[in-house]
Amino acid sequence: MSVKVLIPTPLQKFTSDQATIECDGATIAELLDALEQSCPGIKARLCDDSGQLRRFINFYVNSEDIRFLDGQNTALQAGDEVSIVPAVAGG
Amino acid sequence: MTQAIQASTTQTAATFSALRCKECSAEYELKAIHVCEFCFGPLEVVYDYSALRRTVTRESIQAGPNSIWRYRSFLPVASDRPIDVGTGMTPLVKTNRLARRLGLKNLYIKNDAVNMPTLSFKDRVVSVALTRARELGFTTVSCASTGNLANSTAAIAAHAGLDCCVFIPADLEAGKVLGTLIYGPTVMAVQGNYDQVNRLCSEVANTHGWGFVNINLRPYYSEGSKTLGYEVAEQLGWQLPDHIVAPLASGSLFTKIYKGFQEFIKVGLVDDKAVRFSGAQAEGCSPIAQAFREGRDFINPVKPNTVAKSIAIGNPADGVYALDVARKTNGNIESVNDAEIIDGIKLLAETEGIFTETAGGTTIAVLKKLVEAGKIDPDETTVAYITGNGLKTQEAVQGCIGEPFTIEPKLDSFERALERSQTLDRLEWQQVLV
Repeated sequence: MSVKVLIPTPLQKFTSDQATIECDGATIAELLDALEQSCPGIKARLCDDSGQLRRFINFYVNSEDIRFLDGQNTALQAGDEVSIVPAVAGG
Repeated sequence: MTQAIQASTTQTAATFSALRCKECSAEYELKAIHVCEFCFGPLEVVYDYSALRRTVTRESIQAGPNSIWRYRSFLPVASDRPIDVGTGMTPLVKTNRLARRLGLKNLYIKNDAVNMPTLSFKDRVVSVALTRARELGFTTVSCASTGNLANSTAAIAAHAGLDCCVFIPADLEAGKVLGTLIYGPTVMAVQGNYDQVNRLCSEVANTHGWGFVNINLRPYYSEGSKTLGYEVAEQLGWQLPDHIVAPLASGSLFTKIYKGFQEFIKVGLVDDKAVRFSGAQAEGCSPIAQAFREGRDFINPVKPNTVAKSIAIGNPADGVYALDVARKTNGNIESVNDAEIIDGIKLLAETEGIFTETAGGTTIAVLKKLVEAGKIDPDETTVAYITGNGLKTQEAVQGCIGEPFTIEPKLDSFERALERSQTLDRLEWQQVLV
């Protein structure tokens, strides 16, 4: 169940400067754990102490904001593209 | 006509020293970065206000150029020669007929429909962003835009000799597309709404090394909106209004007007005063108004469906901060439907001779709604911010304002038409051959 994850610049120090990485996970929540396995430290940047995504970070699955899907329970399929984007942009 | 087309030559020491996270206060160097590495909060420019207090006076500002650069000490640029295309110092109009119609006594319009060079408030933020982009060594500038920002970035990049690539939703009004293409940038019309354009641009910004005015240059860019606060304070005779009403898209403009007023208080240029901040959204894209109404301190994103494309941001970056400003100043955030927005455009045009676009129609319609609900005191000095020009969104009012009489070049044809004009409802005039 490999998905492609787009990593924003501020997090690329955890991915050896890679802008995209391949990762496994049946849901966004599982993907977060898998990301932490391969890039230790990254999950604490994405989630607060209770494990919820931080308010200034948005996740998209195939260009759709997961808040319009099933949040952190959003199911992932092999080949999906997950984009992690800082919320503060635009306007 | 402004006389400020040449760059200011005044030498001023830089008054800003770092970027600081608005959430966790982590500090960063003054580079092209826009969010905190730790919590992803927005970065803000840090100024030395005690130095500003010592060096800036009303007189020193008044001796500056007739443009936003008279406030240069409060803007995050180091250059001696900022890009000055005459942006800012737009009219603050004391309204008579609109005020009377609404039942207000002291209503002003800050008219950025005639801002230079591209007829919207965006020229303010872009002048700052491109000056800073040049200082940081960028040769290509870019943006995600609902139209006005694309116009402004393309025009000012052309003036400054910077390469330019802009991203817009594919369904924008013709005037906004044409008003970008004319300056010769690369234009990407993205098949999606603004929020999708914005996400795409965030991804592009990760990989292309361009200066995106509203992404990696956003801490500098957004500061340009403070000048809408400074100018109103100066134009009111160095005092603050009681109440302002402004459109909300990302929420940035709203929060920066607030910041502008606070800075002027902090450095002693105006007396301290509580100013109420009220925001205007279109019902078809009103995530901030919904949160305000429901007492939430977080924003649920929406998918925009409104005639007011220039403010159709379903996922507003500064939404939570706009909520905070409205609440702590005892203001309101209200929304109006598309028909009310068109009526707002017509009302401003018919009473004050100002043709605004849909964002301005939204602002006027919300102003009217707040007055009718008793949420604006008739005695309050109220300023409504008109941020864009109606000639760019002609589709919005087409079919709602009637057509000319078509007459023969004969006196009796004119007389018959004149009689009909006085007896027929305006919309019945359409394409009448008399």
